[in-house]
Amino acid sequence: MEYLVHTVVLVSIYAVQAMSLNLLIGETGLVSVAQAAFAGIGAYAAVVLMTIMGVNFFVASLIGALAAGTVAFIVGIIFLPLRQVYYILGTVGFNVIAWSVFLNWNEVTKGSLGIAGIPRPVVFGYALSENAAFLVLCLVSVACVYGISALITRSSLGRVLHAIREDEDAVAVFGYATTHYKVFIFVVAAFIAGYAGALFASYLSYISPTNYIVPESIFALSIVILGGLGSAHGAIVAAFLLVVLPEVLRFVGFPSELAGHLRLMSYGLILIFFMLYLPKGLFGKFRI
Amino acid sequence: MNLRTHQLTKSFGGVHAVDGVDARFEAGKITALVGPNGSGKTTLINTITGLYSIDNGTVIIGEVRHAKMRPSMVASLGITRTFQNSRLIQQISALDNILLVLTKRNVFAALFERHGKRHLAEAETILRKVGLWEKRDEHAENLSYGQRKLLEVARAVSTKAKIYFFDEPFAGLFPEMVKTVSGILRELRDRGAAVVLVEHDMALIREIADYCYCMDSGKVIAEGTPEEVLQQSNVIEAYLGK
Repeated sequence: MEYLVHTVVLVSIYAVQAMSLNLLIGETGLVSVAQAAFAGIGAYAAVVLMTIMGVNFFVASLIGALAAGTVAFIVGIIFLPLRQVYYILGTVGFNVIAWSVFLNWNEVTKGSLGIAGIPRPVVFGYALSENAAFLVLCLVSVACVYGISALITRSSLGRVLHAIREDEDAVAVFGYATTHYKVFIFVVAAFIAGYAGALFASYLSYISPTNYIVPESIFALSIVILGGLGSAHGAIVAAFLLVVLPEVLRFVGFPSELAGHLRLMSYGLILIFFMLYLPKGLFGKFRI
Repeated sequence: MNLRTHQLTKSFGGVHAVDGVDARFEAGKITALVGPNGSGKTTLINTITGLYSIDNGTVIIGEVRHAKMRPSMVASLGITRTFQNSRLIQQISALDNILLVLTKRNVFAALFERHGKRHLAEAETILRKVGLWEKRDEHAENLSYGQRKLLEVARAVSTKAKIYFFDEPFAGLFPEMVKTVSGILRELRDRGAAVVLVEHDMALIREIADYCYCMDSGKVIAEGTPEEVLQQSNVIEAYLGK
């Protein structure tokens, strides 16, 4: 039972992160390979506040998410006016820079040693130290992010984002300053990713820079593509499938080290397969 | 509102696609832009509407003179357009394509905006006018070529702009549809808008245009009423060759 709860917690956290990325790539057509970096910024900011200053998880995670959003605003202003290919390369570069900062800013991040002893959230004096209790927080988070996604995608703003996704120039000639819309959704996605990072850190009670490397961003991308572009529930289902996949590989007898490698390979194969044969993913509204 | 270009120039590499064009598009008139393929008509529209940067010269929109403006800023001055090759948003419905241009141009306002009866009524009126109301829930990509052309015209009209650029709106349309679109263009003119029409059908130009520019190799080679322009030997030569 404990193992099942652990798995569902991980699925929930990845689902939150994937739904944030879906707002970018799924709804707006902005491929980003920097979600892990924003998760890391949110996580480190929240963890420093919790472990050094004793700030409550909810306040710390909110500040962490705001920090990720603020950095995303600056990064977005720089990269989003660029053409798609340069923008994507920019997000990859940013993820590498962020990881490098996490690794080398020893005074704050403790470098490659990471930070241990991160407290669990406390709700009205009750610490969510049991995984089952933490799961409730995760499920509430999934529901909230799903709600935010629905609010955005069903609004007029969502329609504009869909239009930008298809033909940015055609939208611009109707009076839309498209960069403003792209920066807005980039910041919202980073805010949510930052919160997911804080949630992840609190759950594991330990973080290190390896949690925020480029392959983690690609993992989030794989979830969105598997689930289908523009589908928040697709992101949840795909998060379940991809989190469970390595566990299945272990159960069928693969050594755990090999299962780890197969996990990365399988993400790559999934990306290629879906781009070639199922461009709408499992539940997608749009083609890749 | 009138729009003028002064010595407007746009080049691609060594090719002068628009070469020192002086033109005036007046309110309450349909101005035709004619000329053989590759003469620079679409490039002129793309340059005026900000899709292409201006190399030289200026565009004067009402009282605003500019030599560099983003498409969104040009649109905010009351200019709209259609495209030679339809550029609808393909994966949303016909109705959503219309509602898109009725949306507030502000991120936060758009987030909380709910299209009320007024917007829906406006969308219904224009979609009925072009005969697409029954197709309102169809994705644009599922419409026929002619229907997509009509939807593009409807989308442009919904902006309630002051200056309209229609780039070959009649291409591929059935006679009934041609009648509908030419009726819409006349309505816009009668409402006081400046209507600019790129078209190859000379009979249609004679019928609905008030003024006409003929372009060749990026330059204006003739201007005047359609009758005057279409009789000039250099215009006939540009179309038919020497």
